[in-house]
Amino acid sequence: MPDLAIHTRDLTRDFGALRAVDGLSLDVPTGVIFGFLGPNGSGKTTTIRLLLGLLEPTAGVADVLGHDTRTDAGAIRERCGALLEHPGLYERMTAQDNLDFYARVWRLSSVERQARVRELLTGLDLWERRREIVGAWSRGMKQKLAVARTLLHRPALVFLDEPTAGLDPIAAAALREDLTALARREGVTVFLTTHNLAEAEKLCDLVGVINRGGLLAVGRPDELRSRAGSGRMEITGRGIDARIAALVHAQPAAASVELDDGKLTLRLRDGVDTAPVVALLVHEGVAIDEVRKGSADLEEAFMTLVGGEA
Amino acid sequence: MIADALTIVWKDLRGLLFVSGSLKKSLRGLAFSLVIFGVFLPLQIGPDLVREPAAILPFAWVPLLLASSVIADGIAGERERHTLETLLASRLSDRAILVGKILAAVVYGWGFMVVSAMLGLITVNVTNAGNGLLMYDPLAIVLLGGFGLLGASFVACGGALVALRAPTVRQAAQNMNLAIFAVVLIPAIAMGILPQDIRRQLFETLSGLDWATIGVGAAVFLVVADLLLLWAALARFQRARLILD
Repeated sequence: MPDLAIHTRDLTRDFGALRAVDGLSLDVPTGVIFGFLGPNGSGKTTTIRLLLGLLEPTAGVADVLGHDTRTDAGAIRERCGALLEHPGLYERMTAQDNLDFYARVWRLSSVERQARVRELLTGLDLWERRREIVGAWSRGMKQKLAVARTLLHRPALVFLDEPTAGLDPIAAAALREDLTALARREGVTVFLTTHNLAEAEKLCDLVGVINRGGLLAVGRPDELRSRAGSGRMEITGRGIDARIAALVHAQPAAASVELDDGKLTLRLRDGVDTAPVVALLVHEGVAIDEVRKGSADLEEAFMTLVGGEA
Repeated sequence: MIADALTIVWKDLRGLLFVSGSLKKSLRGLAFSLVIFGVFLPLQIGPDLVREPAAILPFAWVPLLLASSVIADGIAGERERHTLETLLASRLSDRAILVGKILAAVVYGWGFMVVSAMLGLITVNVTNAGNGLLMYDPLAIVLLGGFGLLGASFVACGGALVALRAPTVRQAAQNMNLAIFAVVLIPAIAMGILPQDIRRQLFETLSGLDWATIGVGAAVFLVVADLLLLWAALARFQRARLILD
């Protein structure tokens, strides 16, 4: 098995005048849960379609599990599972029939089929409800079943396009737990798109941020957080008010300053030290309680990346 | 490819025959049509059903109507219910998916016609119990079986093309039903408005024809038409195109 599950170079896809994916160069190692983050319409779904060989790229190349998407798409789909924008379940059929059908599609033997369907449905607490019609189920249950379907044939790589979209927070958390457990147990590489940053932070080993078809950053969630957090300071203490905020803002070192309930949040320009700012505050009579540096969360990192690009 | 196509046939037929996961519920749904074609119609026609080959013509409607609705649901329905993309993302080839859908429509329509015809035979035998065992004319069996199959294939292949272009199942079914009615009704209407003399001449010409030759010719025509429609449908049924639809 190649070390990289996904490898793309300058992958581009145009729809008429619209460039949906713009020169995407991305490496996803095998065995990781990779989160592909981006706002709606940023090119996440098109990227999945390109990687599955469902769409031809306008330019560039993509290898998935060592197969070229343009010439060997059948081999890619043979070894991948996909939960796309919609669950894709047959709502007039039972849960068991849905899985049974896809198990036949993947040519599982009769014995293997029965065992695998039982194993997955049991793992997701759906076994007792296997004879129910899927159309009557909640969206959360349908998504669980769709996840089970993607894993039926023990794929090496699974694409999940916004798997928790439209779920209530409890159902989303439950599905996240199931997803993590299944992915770890099955040893599968997961390529997951989402615009839910908390989800990406909890689930993913690696994340990539895409906007307007272009890749803005790739790294571990903590790396992206610290990158976005560099130059960022939070200062709390007594005596911090609008006058102090204005004074700090007037300093050439400060790129931005925010005052919120006695807490000063500022972003310093690149290469600027924090000491002069602290000295200024002390000089102005502020009793400093705490100074924290570089503690952005993934959402702030995302907003910085996407906002900086806009 | 054949095994994959049969997997699609399995799924489509299971969806039709096990509505809500139950065969009983599906049979209850089908009972009305079976009573019409297998009981009511044979009761109306009587023993002529097995004596006159032309009397079984009403059964020929069954595969056409059923194949058209099954193929509309199988293609436009999959797209409308957002299940087609998942199917396209699987290992199945475009060809296997389409051929499977056409086969399912043909098997369902033709199978229903065969069941209706057998039920009709039972009805006629029960209601004419004193006349010995009544059987269909062998020519009628060949005509009904052969042309039923070719007709169902014609409708399924043509229906696949219509369904690929229709935005919804309803639109696809409407277009197909209109086409079927046009094929059947236009000649009938045309016949009705022809002047008496011409009509008489036409009947005289037809009655002098060799029906076996006409039957073979019609069968060859249908086979060629089926293959052409299948080829056109295969050319149209392509992943990259369907994903963007």
